[in-house]
Amino acid sequence: MTLALVVLLPFLGAIVAPLFAQAGRTAIAIASSLPPIVALAALYPHWSTLAAGGVLVQTHEWLPAIGLSLSFRLDGLSLLFALLILVIGVLIILYARYYLKKHENVGKFYSLLLLFMGSMLGIVLSSNLLLMLIFWELTSVVSFLLISFWNYKQDARRGARMALAVTGGGGLALLAGVLLLGQIVGSYELDDVLAAADTIKASSLYPVALTLVLLGAFTKSAQFPFHFWLPHAMQAPTPVSAYLHSATMVKAGIFLMARLYPALAGTELWFYMVSFTGMATLLIGAYTALFKHDLKGLLAHSTVSHLGLITLLFGMGTKLAAIAAVFHVINHATFKASLFMAAGIIDHETGTRDMRRINGLWQFMPHTATLAMVAAASMAGVPLLNGFLSKEMFFAESLNLNLPGIWAYLPPVVATLAGVFAVAYSARFIHDVFFNGKPVDLPIYPPHEPPRYMKIPVEILVFACVMVGVFPTFAIGPLLYAAAEATLAGPVPEYHLTIVHGFNLPLLMSFLAFFLGLLMYTQRQRFFDFHARFREIDEKAVFEAAVSRVVEWARRFIEVLENGSLQRYVLLLLLATLAVTIVPITSLGFNVGSLGISPIDLPTTVGSLILIGCALGAAAMHRERLYALILLSVVGLMVALTFARFSAPDLAMTQLSVEVVTIVLLMLALYYLPSWTPREASLFRRWRDAIIALVAGSGMFLITLAMLTRPLDSISRYFLENSVEGGGGSNVVNVILVDFRGFDTLGEITVLAIAALGIYAMLRETKLTAPPTDGQGHPWSTDAHPTILKQISRPLLPLALMVSAFIFLRGHNMPGGGFIAGLITAVAIILQYIASGMTWSHQRMPFNLQTPVALGLFIATATGLASFAFGYPFLTSTFSHIHWPVVGDFELASAMAFDIGVYLTVVGATLMILASLGRLTNQSEVKPGAY
Amino acid sequence: MEILFALIIGSLTASGVFLVLRARTFPVVVGLTLLSYGVNLFLFASGRLATGAQPIIGSTETYTDPLPQALVLTAIVIGFAMTAFVVVLALRSQADTEDDHVNGKIEATPPVDTEEHAEDAR
Repeated sequence: MTLALVVLLPFLGAIVAPLFAQAGRTAIAIASSLPPIVALAALYPHWSTLAAGGVLVQTHEWLPAIGLSLSFRLDGLSLLFALLILVIGVLIILYARYYLKKHENVGKFYSLLLLFMGSMLGIVLSSNLLLMLIFWELTSVVSFLLISFWNYKQDARRGARMALAVTGGGGLALLAGVLLLGQIVGSYELDDVLAAADTIKASSLYPVALTLVLLGAFTKSAQFPFHFWLPHAMQAPTPVSAYLHSATMVKAGIFLMARLYPALAGTELWFYMVSFTGMATLLIGAYTALFKHDLKGLLAHSTVSHLGLITLLFGMGTKLAAIAAVFHVINHATFKASLFMAAGIIDHETGTRDMRRINGLWQFMPHTATLAMVAAASMAGVPLLNGFLSKEMFFAESLNLNLPGIWAYLPPVVATLAGVFAVAYSARFIHDVFFNGKPVDLPIYPPHEPPRYMKIPVEILVFACVMVGVFPTFAIGPLLYAAAEATLAGPVPEYHLTIVHGFNLPLLMSFLAFFLGLLMYTQRQRFFDFHARFREIDEKAVFEAAVSRVVEWARRFIEVLENGSLQRYVLLLLLATLAVTIVPITSLGFNVGSLGISPIDLPTTVGSLILIGCALGAAAMHRERLYALILLSVVGLMVALTFARFSAPDLAMTQLSVEVVTIVLLMLALYYLPSWTPREASLFRRWRDAIIALVAGSGMFLITLAMLTRPLDSISRYFLENSVEGGGGSNVVNVILVDFRGFDTLGEITVLAIAALGIYAMLRETKLTAPPTDGQGHPWSTDAHPTILKQISRPLLPLALMVSAFIFLRGHNMPGGGFIAGLITAVAIILQYIASGMTWSHQRMPFNLQTPVALGLFIATATGLASFAFGYPFLTSTFSHIHWPVVGDFELASAMAFDIGVYLTVVGATLMILASLGRLTNQSEVKPGAY
Repeated sequence: MEILFALIIGSLTASGVFLVLRARTFPVVVGLTLLSYGVNLFLFASGRLATGAQPIIGSTETYTDPLPQALVLTAIVIGFAMTAFVVVLALRSQADTEDDHVNGKIEATPPVDTEEHAEDAR
């Protein structure tokens, strides 16, 4: 529980802290510092367990199905990182109190800072890799917000975007890598993963998983070639830089390597990938740092270089190197955080960070200068400071790599060279800023010491540098030992934390680096001239260009794909479908299954041939629209007969009534549209479409044939067995509709209602002019409502309504039901529209058409809800039999009420659709005798 | 029988696809209707072909699969609603652009042979 609380505290703080923003910077800084201080106090009692080599794991289940649990782990390594995050976090909070100006959004700043702190703690304390990933992504997102804190600056926005793109992309790779690890191990728990080291390294997926995990670590820790985002993240406020680039963000990648070190390291692949990446980063960072005139730029590149150093140490694969790496993590965090803070103070007090202008500050701020010079000396690796100790260990390890032949010289030479550059840029930081003549044209002159409390964090950190440098065993010994034990997950080899190991090769390398570095600094102008010959690459511009290029590609791609032509979309859709299905269908071939072919009879054959002929005819004659429509109606009728022929009476009746409505609808539409289609398509296009159609048709033919001749294993046995008993009806299709799958039906009538309303809305304001003739020069008939039709249709209405009532009532047991009855009613009323006109019909209809739709939906839903009243789930049905005189035994089911809802909705929706169209004819009524 | 039924679905699909690819709204609507007939028959066929085996308890010895029938029944009704919706869209487009091209704008190229057609029509 404690560990979850430790992670949760900063998140809570992030919510609470902004409330203090109104009370001033001091209040909010105090409020913000409480969560980390409480967290530190909560961690303290566990120290004795950890010092004895114990591990604390606390697990709460979250999503066991995917292996994600809320499990946290505290061991030496996670404690070390947690301490860095919390202690430096508190110092940053104090420092930022004086760094931020009064008018700035301090609430947002502290809230984000605490969010970031919580995310980092989550990473280092997670014992479940998936959980760790969640926090990992959180740090990417929050760091984006922190870097772009001054979001009115274009550079800040760009730098933040770049950091997010690189680290976020790396996060995706890490996700894939962690999933692979989980596949190999069968668990995402850290204990299981570390225990399965041999399985992981033996797995064939190991190279892929390793590469992906390292991609995640390298992007986060700004390793070459992903290092470019880090210097641009310097657009952040300096407290953010000090926090993100010393103890947290960039150390997350290092932490990941340390955490998974027992599981992944120790192979040749690990050695080459990690050590060479580290070596390249170490050199490039150190070289570039020397040429930066920006204070923070120098520190940023130096950070890149030191991260490379730590990576290289992990890559070496020896136990001592891993210990040195962990040690350097601590040392780098302390001296780099204090240097960033010092740089922030200088920026704050002089108004610039350009080292060509900042000179001779020793006279103005000796206190700050002393602190910065000690920290910079530690960065350079001067004896009696902590940077020296880990650097010595690094030099010693670089000599112990048993590389073949001449390659054995590479690591020590690279190490010394990097040391030379490190001394040179550290010397520049000290000499150029604090001595070297007088300041040039400072925006704020004369600069003076910052507020007292702004220096305290720097003092504490510099004090730590000296303490570790002078009394290493006392100051850091136990913690380092615990961390090393956790990193190695096994026995720790003997190592000595002493200031000088006697006069040996590493010490010689240190001296060499020191003197050559100073020499290089004195000769710096030559190096600057040399460096100036190369064109400076602005990574930000390159990155922005790459982003806009990708956006441009996407835009062009969309332009090609989405050109606004519906015809094109349909074609692409069809071609895509064909492309996906063509291989399985051709391999299926003319495939007759085990059921074989049943014999045919003459009537069915004739009917089928008529259907086929009319369907093809409709396509062939599509330019003569009226003929095509007539053929279409024949097809519809024959489809209804097909249903009837193959044991589906309900479908036949539905199809028949829908067919009538559809054809009436299309006739109405045709009145407004040209009655023939011009021939626009080229010969090529027509052939192309014909071939596509032929392929699609053949495909459907083959699939249908294969399906029809195979035995069926249906779930319908349940429906057939329970229809009478459970649903109280013998027409299984109707019982399925209103009972078993009543929810589906409710959804479907809702869709129907929505479509009708949509049509109503779409045509309400539309004015369409009817063409004066039928398109072939014939005027319309002047007799809109022929007398004979009118006279015959009127007595038909009650008859038709009676039939539909009959069909409705018997629907539960015999073919029929709400859908069919509704359609029959609609057809009967539509006949009145046709025969006598809309106005005449509506005058005799005491309601508007929205009413039955709304009422129908209401009844259907209410029937479903009624089940709740009796404690049953939605739409549970019940039924009983009652005896009616004359009619006989009559069944009353609650499903009947539901079916009434269906009936009303179908009637209302169908009529609304037709009436909306019909209303148009009323508007554009052709005056009789006009032609 | 199965071959014949498969041919029905095949020809409905082929005609439907050909018409859906046309440039004017009305043929596309007709094509969609044909396609929906084909799809409905196909779904229906997934219950296999049976003669005189309507799924009404007590009316016969064996029953065909009622589930595809229930699905197709609602599909027919919704298919109608969708057809109606597309038709109305077509009309609306005709009203707004005074043209019935599916792309909603008048193509730059003039019709290839309207004159020939006009002669045909007479």
